[in-house]
Amino acid sequence: MNIHEYQAKQLFLHYAIPVPDGKQATTPEQAEQIAKKLGGDGWVVKAQVHAGGRGKVGGVKLAQSLSEVAEFSREMLGKRLVTKQTGAEGLPINSLLIEKTYPIKRELYLSVLVDRGSERIIFIASAAGGMDIETVAHETPEKIISVPVHPAAGLQGYQCRKIAYTLRLKGAQIKALSTIMQGLYDLFLAKDASQIEINPLIETDSGELMALDAKINFDDNSVAAHPDILAMKDPDQEDEKENKAEQFGLNYITLEGNIGCMVNGAGLAMATMDLVKLKGGQPANFLDVGGGTSVEKVCEAFKLILSDHSVKAVLVNIFGGIVQCDIIAAGILAAVEQVHVTIPVVVRLEGTNAEQGRALLSNTGLNLYAADDLAHAAEQVVALAEAA
Amino acid sequence: MSILINKDTKVICQGFTGKQGSFHSQQALDYGTQLVGGVTPERGGESHLGLPVFNTVQDAVNATGATASVIYVPPFYAADAILEAVDAGIELIVCITEGIPILQMLRVKAAMAGTGTLLIGPNCPGIITPGECKIGIMPANIHLPGSIGIVSRSGTLTYESVHQTTAQGLGQSTCVGIGGDPIHGMNFVDILSRFQADEQTKGIVMVGEIGGGEEEEAADYIKAHVTKPVVAYIAGQTAPPGKRMGHAGAIVTGGKGTAEGKVAALKAAGIEVVNSPTDIGVAMKGCFK
Repeated sequence: MNIHEYQAKQLFLHYAIPVPDGKQATTPEQAEQIAKKLGGDGWVVKAQVHAGGRGKVGGVKLAQSLSEVAEFSREMLGKRLVTKQTGAEGLPINSLLIEKTYPIKRELYLSVLVDRGSERIIFIASAAGGMDIETVAHETPEKIISVPVHPAAGLQGYQCRKIAYTLRLKGAQIKALSTIMQGLYDLFLAKDASQIEINPLIETDSGELMALDAKINFDDNSVAAHPDILAMKDPDQEDEKENKAEQFGLNYITLEGNIGCMVNGAGLAMATMDLVKLKGGQPANFLDVGGGTSVEKVCEAFKLILSDHSVKAVLVNIFGGIVQCDIIAAGILAAVEQVHVTIPVVVRLEGTNAEQGRALLSNTGLNLYAADDLAHAAEQVVALAEAA
Repeated sequence: MSILINKDTKVICQGFTGKQGSFHSQQALDYGTQLVGGVTPERGGESHLGLPVFNTVQDAVNATGATASVIYVPPFYAADAILEAVDAGIELIVCITEGIPILQMLRVKAAMAGTGTLLIGPNCPGIITPGECKIGIMPANIHLPGSIGIVSRSGTLTYESVHQTTAQGLGQSTCVGIGGDPIHGMNFVDILSRFQADEQTKGIVMVGEIGGGEEEEAADYIKAHVTKPVVAYIAGQTAPPGKRMGHAGAIVTGGKGTAEGKVAALKAAGIEVVNSPTDIGVAMKGCFK
């Protein structure tokens, strides 16, 4: 789960991680008032969307006057921001973060995440902040340091000093960085984060360290245990269909093609998408209906797939495990009738009682095709989508 | 022979009296698995499915001599269940539970270091030696005792591989679903090394997916140590970066863990990689012509 920058910075303050003075605004008037209250002679207006790369597309603007704060806010609010991370539709700008500006001496990078290879929480730091860290890692890996933390020992002082010296920090800054790192580590554990990124962490002209940006991702498996984090969820920043799917225990991800896919199991769902592509088609979605395919679940899955109007044909691929195929077939039949599916649906059923299942789906008078083999099913659905 | 489990393996079930535990324990008994009891705190002394229920794993081990345990407890209790089994000296733990918080698994793995206990999963279908012992949620009837070792991160793709190798008349020695979570127990290399050492296993099917670097490690291992034919398939070639494809572990981030990278690493190691998930069985059969 993701949260907004302004929410992440509120969490930072609780953990003694310094952030610029600032506040969230939802109207241009409010933005101007906040800037006035903050004082100074320069402010930054930052679009609050769940995506990086905002600066390059006008989602972060420096204002020299209060009227500029209002002007930029008016321009941004209510628009959709398209960055390289959002896809073509972009994300709605429903709120802004108004902050004081600070003279920047250097931009650093600091993040903490779970590293699956070493099975440790690791800190990653670089003196080349502000840039895309993936580019830095790719082009100049020697500029990046990573420090793994043993779960029993926790974060140690020497590990903070090691990063501080690598970032060429001195004197009081070393203590300041240690405080920031300890705050990040405590926050990470307390709220079950999966990644926290500060890019850039700035060194001001006066030598202070401050998190100019803040990105936090939380472990989806844990958020249920953190009502305070769950309350920060902003459904407007997420795909409507993906949200809906979640309510019904379905795992759905929108893609850009025209062949709807409904599959049981994440691995088989990915493999089905790949197969559609291999046969010359374009999958419209990833959809894992999970185990225990009930009529209700299949109905909801069909509704989701059909709400994407670019879908011309649907491929249902179910490997009947414990649940028998004839029961699954009856469920699919009921769902197709209930939801009034009119576009062609190709069904591949395999597993226990597969033949009985296929027989049920044949000669129904509906636009249903029972395939006996997955490769054929994929070819058939691609042909039907092309013909539509 | 087979790997990790056989007809003599004594198994207990944690979360025995729950809905999942009861259903799959009955299926295991019907298959002939030597399920010898189960654990549900506060239910010790009762009988369930004709087997004794114990309060603790240690009680169950002392009374039955079980060496393997299968876990069907809810996600927020699963770390506790795994560590209880480790503490009781269980040799092989199979954790089916999906949705365990990653930080809990991180601590579990650190606590397991040096104990000698093996963990399969979590978020996996389990392990089966066809005709002998079934520990997990896989459908029994698609399996056939035979010569192919199957290892996969995905449950349904394990079934797909089983189905295809059965259709080709090859059958399976042992099938292991290692699970779809980013931090989990035994990995590809742990299983591949056992298949290589197992006499019954004549060929290996390895099914990977996007995310992480275990397929690349497996490629290096196979090149250096595996002499048996290996057929590999990687799922997720059309998955967009940054999107979690169902499994917590199936995500491409920072340009790492892509299907192309994994396929390239496997091919560079001389392994046959099939483009289509429907070609696994045929390709495996082709290795023996």
